[in-house]
Amino acid sequence: MAKLQLAAEKQIREIVERYKDEETPLMMILEAIQSEYGYIPIEVQELVSSLTGIPVAEIYGVVTFYSFFSLSPKGKYVVGVCLGTACYVKGSQLVMDKFSEILGIKPGETTKDGLFTLDALRCIGACGIAPALSINGKVYPKVSAGQVPGIIKEYQDKEANA
Amino acid sequence: MEQIKTRQDLENKVLKCTDCLTKKLNGQDGKKHLVVCGGTGCISSQSLDILAELEKLIKENNLEDRCTVNRVGCFGFCSQGPFVKVFPEDRLYRAVKVKDAARIIEEDVIGGRCITDLLYEDPVTHEKVEKQDDINFYKKQIRIALHGCSLINPEELDEALGFGAFKGLARALTMSQQEVVTEVLNAGIRGRGGAGFPTGRKWQFALDQHNDEKYVVCNGDEGDPGAFMDRSILEGNPVAVIEGMMIAGYAIGAKNGYFYVRAEYPIAVQRLRIAIDELEKAGLLGDNILGSGFSFRCHIRLGAGAFVCGEETALLNSIEGRRGMPRPRPPFPAVKGLWGKPTIINNVETLASVPYILREGAAKFASIGTERSKGTKVFALGGKVNNVGLVEVPMGTTLRELIFDIGGGIPNGKKFKAIQTGGPSGGCLTEKDLDVEIDFDSLVARGSMMGSGGAIVMDEDNCMVDVAKFYMEFICDESCGKCSPCRIGTKRMLEILTKITEGRGEPSDIDDLKELANATKTNSLCALGQTAANPVLSTMANFMDEYVAHTRDHKCPAHVCKKMITYKILEDKCIGCSMCARNCPASAISKTETPSMKNPKMMVYHIDPSKCIKCGVCISNCKFGAITKE
Amino acid sequence: MALVNIKIEGKEYQVESGITVLEAARRCGYNIPSLCFFKDGQCSLASCRVCLVEVKGARGLVASCAYPVNEGMEISISSPKATQARRTSVELILSNHKKNCLQCEKNGNCELLEVSRMVGAREGKYIGTMTPATVDELAPGLVRDTSKCILCGRCIETCKNLQGIGILGFENRGFRTIVSPAQNRSFAKSPCMQCGQCVLVCPTGALMEHSEIANVDKALAEGKFVVCQVAPAVRAAIAEEFGAKIGTNGTKKMIAALHRLGFSRVFDVNFGADLTIMEEGNELIHRIKNKGVLPQITSCSPGWMNYMEYYYPDLIPNVSTCKSPHTMQGAITKSYFAEKHGIDPKDIYVVSIMPCVAKKYEKARKEMEVNGLRDVDAVLTTREIAKMIKRAGIVFDRLPENEEFDQDLLGQYSGAGVIFGVTGGVMEAALRTAHFVLTGKEHELIKFEAVRGLEGVKEAEIDINGLKLKVAVTSGMKNAKVLLDEIRAGKSPYAFIEIMGCPGGCINGGGQPYVKPMFLPNEDLDILETYKAKRAAVLYSEDERQAIRQSHNNPDIIKLYKDYLGEPLSEKAEELLHTHYDAHREKYPN
Repeated sequence: MAKLQLAAEKQIREIVERYKDEETPLMMILEAIQSEYGYIPIEVQELVSSLTGIPVAEIYGVVTFYSFFSLSPKGKYVVGVCLGTACYVKGSQLVMDKFSEILGIKPGETTKDGLFTLDALRCIGACGIAPALSINGKVYPKVSAGQVPGIIKEYQDKEANA
Repeated sequence: MEQIKTRQDLENKVLKCTDCLTKKLNGQDGKKHLVVCGGTGCISSQSLDILAELEKLIKENNLEDRCTVNRVGCFGFCSQGPFVKVFPEDRLYRAVKVKDAARIIEEDVIGGRCITDLLYEDPVTHEKVEKQDDINFYKKQIRIALHGCSLINPEELDEALGFGAFKGLARALTMSQQEVVTEVLNAGIRGRGGAGFPTGRKWQFALDQHNDEKYVVCNGDEGDPGAFMDRSILEGNPVAVIEGMMIAGYAIGAKNGYFYVRAEYPIAVQRLRIAIDELEKAGLLGDNILGSGFSFRCHIRLGAGAFVCGEETALLNSIEGRRGMPRPRPPFPAVKGLWGKPTIINNVETLASVPYILREGAAKFASIGTERSKGTKVFALGGKVNNVGLVEVPMGTTLRELIFDIGGGIPNGKKFKAIQTGGPSGGCLTEKDLDVEIDFDSLVARGSMMGSGGAIVMDEDNCMVDVAKFYMEFICDESCGKCSPCRIGTKRMLEILTKITEGRGEPSDIDDLKELANATKTNSLCALGQTAANPVLSTMANFMDEYVAHTRDHKCPAHVCKKMITYKILEDKCIGCSMCARNCPASAISKTETPSMKNPKMMVYHIDPSKCIKCGVCISNCKFGAITKE
Repeated sequence: MALVNIKIEGKEYQVESGITVLEAARRCGYNIPSLCFFKDGQCSLASCRVCLVEVKGARGLVASCAYPVNEGMEISISSPKATQARRTSVELILSNHKKNCLQCEKNGNCELLEVSRMVGAREGKYIGTMTPATVDELAPGLVRDTSKCILCGRCIETCKNLQGIGILGFENRGFRTIVSPAQNRSFAKSPCMQCGQCVLVCPTGALMEHSEIANVDKALAEGKFVVCQVAPAVRAAIAEEFGAKIGTNGTKKMIAALHRLGFSRVFDVNFGADLTIMEEGNELIHRIKNKGVLPQITSCSPGWMNYMEYYYPDLIPNVSTCKSPHTMQGAITKSYFAEKHGIDPKDIYVVSIMPCVAKKYEKARKEMEVNGLRDVDAVLTTREIAKMIKRAGIVFDRLPENEEFDQDLLGQYSGAGVIFGVTGGVMEAALRTAHFVLTGKEHELIKFEAVRGLEGVKEAEIDINGLKLKVAVTSGMKNAKVLLDEIRAGKSPYAFIEIMGCPGGCINGGGQPYVKPMFLPNEDLDILETYKAKRAAVLYSEDERQAIRQSHNNPDIIKLYKDYLGEPLSEKAEELLHTHYDAHREKYPN
């Protein structure tokens, strides 16, 4: 397990330990790792496999089944454009296209500078304020394509000033 | 928190809390009481900042003994949020901004005046409406599942207890398990998650199983795009759902209950967690509840982004740490469910309605609704409708009431075209269905379904082939991939729909599509696949003319399908202002040599169709209506 | 067992309650097409939707493979609705399946093709994009081609539930789903033992052995001195490839066929098996006498060796250092045999014909060579050699029954060698020789019944002149794990353990003919439960038929030691016949 930093290994052991009394803890373990690190690389899955005895193919199968789990690190700001029905009929695809165009990435990708990840979200239950957008959990209501450059700039400025 | 160990303890506690809450709401405590909407929609519009600002101002103005403020769950009327409500006047302020907090304190709390510009204005009469219940949106609603939402503080157990919580469980505990199941059977409640299976029958199956370990699972994996009632209930009154689960647990003989909630709902999860903690501390969850010998514990499991996990056997697989792939039935979960034990899986809204049935009696619940669908149903009204939000109405309400009375009709004077109920598993209903009384069976009879209660309104600007494609894209993406008809059938249907919407369709595509749709329906393993083709079949049934226009004439009548429309500048309207050209992302618009008729000093503009990407930016930038799609 | 009354197409039948509609229909003489189902209790996916039937009163069509019968059930297999539904399911599967049937190695054994015929699927009914495909040809034993995969999950169930490993899993979701070792990596880069049990259950060409027919063709064409050597279990099954019933002894016709394929010598790996017993038996006695590490575990199953290095490297001291019979024999062929015949060993090309795909991996191991020469150059499975026989136009059924293996230094063998092909056989062979070495006389019964049979774990206590020897026999890794964990915990009571990688031993190896009821209308309905015993019976009867029953009595073995090796475990024997293992194999190399 040389590929995995010792500190991370220790923490993952702790996570697995935390759920040891649960009947089938795999989802809980993966959710905790995803929240902690933002992604679940294969090395970590191998470690979880060796600690739980669950074959790595099964873990990988679970990780790639659920869209909440990610195999690669996400950008510092995760832009999620809701493409749920309510948002879609109100033009969220145009918002998505605008982000794609300005950031130069497709949904699911991360910008080269690691600043933005663009995600297509299934309904986030904010239909009342459609089209909705979420950036690192902060929800933007009633977004139009025209607002997109400003929103991106807001975060770029934040970075420049940091 | 004092321990509530007996029925007597509970009665005392409930009396105290009820008294406290009542006084608060009717002003008997001599205070003004402000509540701020803490639903996800309003939070995204800074409602928490409003709350903080109000708290700060109360403190600064030394109003602590004259005014309180706290957050409550979703008001449902999301398009008008954020909301601040003032008790005892029962006055509702909408679209409140942070800067309005100071006015609310000065003018209303201190000055005792109503701030009329923050009130809701009826779009038809243009009258200001002060009280929530006088707003058309709320008039026809009955709150059973949404009981307490937008009224009580969801993070305060005392408020829930002051508003009826645990009365249902207390009564259930005096009854036998069979009596409780019979009560639920008599209420006639059917599962609110989709198919409408009678809840009591599910419970009866599980009760009839002899097993030391049984489980209750609450399905909070609300994945239907456009529906968010489960989230609002969990955010607004988590204690009610827990109570419903406990009643179910008592009835079938389960000691443990699992909440399976989408990870996308962090606030709901957090409030559920707080509620469980509080109940454990109060002794209302754990061993020997109220001295009855009934023990129950609640656990939370998070969904991780898979629509199919709303299917109950897929959900069980997910809890069991596996890919959320549905299992063949039989065995049914009530016989062999979670970890092989008898399990009932009930939707959030269903469980939230259960305390009402036990508290008020089956007869009262059954008196609401239609012959075969009892009680109320929460709909998430969205899309092209004026009043967007959550509404809880009696079964049997007509679509017309829902869309035009409650929903306030279609915005911008556009024409109603269809309403999609049941999300991607449902179908669309049209003008001819508007007077149908909505219940589980009437919707199915018309080629749609209740589903979880999503209701998306579409107007003349929506292309129904495009809508069918949208849902198919969703299902294709969310198909678990296990069974071949769904995995491959939805892909093939999507390919045909894509071909049609891109103007490459042929008349034979319609037959192929229909054949595939029927095959996917009959051959698929689970409800997701079996209903995957519903949007296709129902749009075909109602809007075949649009399919024909797309495939035969290669025209999109609603001007939505990009490949089949062209953008044009009307020379007689263009004034040559260049706004369109400056904003065109594809540099497809250029100046011509033709002088503008309106403004001869300027030249009109022209769109080069070979460069145009049909993004529509020009239309939204033209202030003179000089650009059209055809 | 309680019986229920059912109707199929209106006709009444009585069947056991609790069985599935599919099973009930089979017992009533119907054959409902199916793909994801292959054995009761081993596959409960009900995912291919090819076995749909109509059941009166049920909601929609039901998957007969998973739906239990109940009293009064009325089933229709051939209603228009069911017939059409089955056809559509197959046509949809075909639309996402690479249909190069003529080039496909599974042709002739492809269940999808057979089912397509049964339901009358129309070619090209549905056309569209295909799931992005991966072809993994990196592993010496196995080839995986996802473009052929229909996601039935049979391989996943087999690897996890039969072998207890779980190398394969579903990956991604929806239309992008594939079956693969994690991260869509190669078998070569995952801790796969390459037993090939997955190949046996794969209904299509998605999982296949890595064919080496072309390499053998090349060696023959180049005029090399091509020696072929056949493993014992091959003869117990090869006739099945030519239509014979399971349990037919194909020894004689196989020898005749091999003679006709142009090999320079046709030998029996039973000779190598006898040699293994000499070395391994003496190794055991050495360990017992010198208080060495016990229990000693057999090393002739390369799948098991592979598994051990990945999962139990700490048990390396327990594992016999003996090479497996065919690599021993290969090494002897290129040394002793070459020397005696004055052939340059570089010109010798050794082809092993094996019931096994892991042997393909084993022969490629760096340890399996002496003086820069590979012990074995190519490994063909039973299925591959059958293909070569068919290709050569040889009519197996009409071959004479009077030919023998070439009697040339390595030609003779004992009955002990024959039974290597079945679980318990190595143990029995070793006990026969150990008894002689320790007591100086033969065991009067010869047979050691306690170690025979197909149970997952067998144990016995053998009394050899007062020396009580506790032994255990197991096959399949799920069973083996129990014994291995016992050793790891320091609680193993045994002196000697035989482990074979495939359940039942080599007779059920990953390279053996497929046992697919769909293609075996003349076999009994319970053939999946009985075929292993039927093949095992062939080997035990061959043993009975041999004049020599003990390895140490094989004259060619005696001569080999006398003329060349000296004693068992001698320096020369160590060099040629023993190997070592890798305790540090990385499970997931990049």
